[in-house]
Amino acid sequence: MTYASRRTGGWLAPLLGLLALALAALPVRAAELTFPELTGRVVDAAHVLPEESRAALEARLKAYEEKTSDQVVVATVPSLQGTTVEDFANRLFRHWKIGQAKTNNGALLLVAPTERKVRIEVGYGLEGALTDALSRVIIASAITPRFKQGDFAGGISAGVDGILSILSKDSEEWQRRPEVREDQVDPTQVVLFVVLFLVILFVVWRTNRGGRRGGFVVLPGPVGGGWSGGTWGEGGSGGFGGGFSGGGGSSGGGGASGDW
Amino acid sequence: MPSIQGAIGPTSVAARLASALAMLVLALGLSGCGAINRVPTLEEQAKASWSEVQNQYQRRSDLIPNLVETVKGYAQQEKDVLTGVTEARAKASSVKVDAASVSDPQKLKEFQDAQNQLSGALGRLLVTVERYPDLKSNQNFLALQSQLEGTENRIAVARRDYNGAVQAYNTEIRTIPGRWIASVFYPEAKPMETFTATPNADRPPNVKF
Repeated sequence: MTYASRRTGGWLAPLLGLLALALAALPVRAAELTFPELTGRVVDAAHVLPEESRAALEARLKAYEEKTSDQVVVATVPSLQGTTVEDFANRLFRHWKIGQAKTNNGALLLVAPTERKVRIEVGYGLEGALTDALSRVIIASAITPRFKQGDFAGGISAGVDGILSILSKDSEEWQRRPEVREDQVDPTQVVLFVVLFLVILFVVWRTNRGGRRGGFVVLPGPVGGGWSGGTWGEGGSGGFGGGFSGGGGSSGGGGASGDW
Repeated sequence: MPSIQGAIGPTSVAARLASALAMLVLALGLSGCGAINRVPTLEEQAKASWSEVQNQYQRRSDLIPNLVETVKGYAQQEKDVLTGVTEARAKASSVKVDAASVSDPQKLKEFQDAQNQLSGALGRLLVTVERYPDLKSNQNFLALQSQLEGTENRIAVARRDYNGAVQAYNTEIRTIPGRWIASVFYPEAKPMETFTATPNADRPPNVKF
């Protein structure tokens, strides 16, 4: 690569720059979706819920999270912005980081009244309990029949009932849930490396002063894990006091969708 | 004094020590801002995303025998479609690409083609199934179908994540300073291949009767 760049000289660098720009531009297209703000556990951006049922849902989801730490969020959106309900739900889930960072125990019930689509998106950690098949059963038996009659509040409430009842039955299986997508920085590692470098520097300095023969080159080895790796938020449990935020969880596309 | 003599002595030693020191300072500076580890970190992330892609394709593959058996019970006469799925599955399972060889465009294309073929065969099967109301209301089949749909969606997400991770990695080793760092410390780092979007691959083909 270095040889090629030396030989081809000037034009390669701008070309690579362009390539990088093109590469960088690709994910931007995905980020063009605009998401509503996570104002609470029920985000009714499509304005289909009466205030009292929204508040009731909110209270139920809050009580449930305080008991189990599972974060269940309901969202209605005025538009899917041209993408599929699966894609939108997954991106929204990740944007809001629903579920705790360590256990990824979040679930999202997304309703798009304009497109007549509904989806239950399940975080990695709840996939074992709230399976695709069960999500589909909830959608087909509890949600869409009510949506067909225009009863959004009833359908969403019944859907939340279904999700919570399935999740709470599974409490004894909590241990079996896989803990995936964990990416934590260990500060002791950083300190260790700084100390190590200082020691090496000191040794080199001493050797230099002593005028001992024989040069040596110290190359830093690759660090396992890498402390430049990003973290998914610090896993603070959301929802105490007034504010609410996602705990840092992620989803890999589990769940089911339906229409009416 | 011997120490002075040593210091003045052969200049090559001093030069070597100076270069070692410069190297150290450079490495320390680079690792301080995390730049030196970005190449291997991004590489590992891309490889992890690749294994997730493979996991999800494997998961789909594991669902198929059960699905074929269930359909067979109701629609034995649809032999061609069923054999098509079984054969496409065998073919797809035989094309394995490990994380070390995702920088080989040929291999990734083979993998993608085989999996797309299986997607097509599965799509045909699901279209055929529409003609069997008994099968469509079978609980076992419904569960399998939703698992299959869920898996297709997970595949889509895993592929998207993989493409994103590879783009980040490729950009890092093709732009400065990542390019310099890679050429000095990680000369074996190679750009990886991404999945190309296949039009309508996620949709079952329309069949007219």
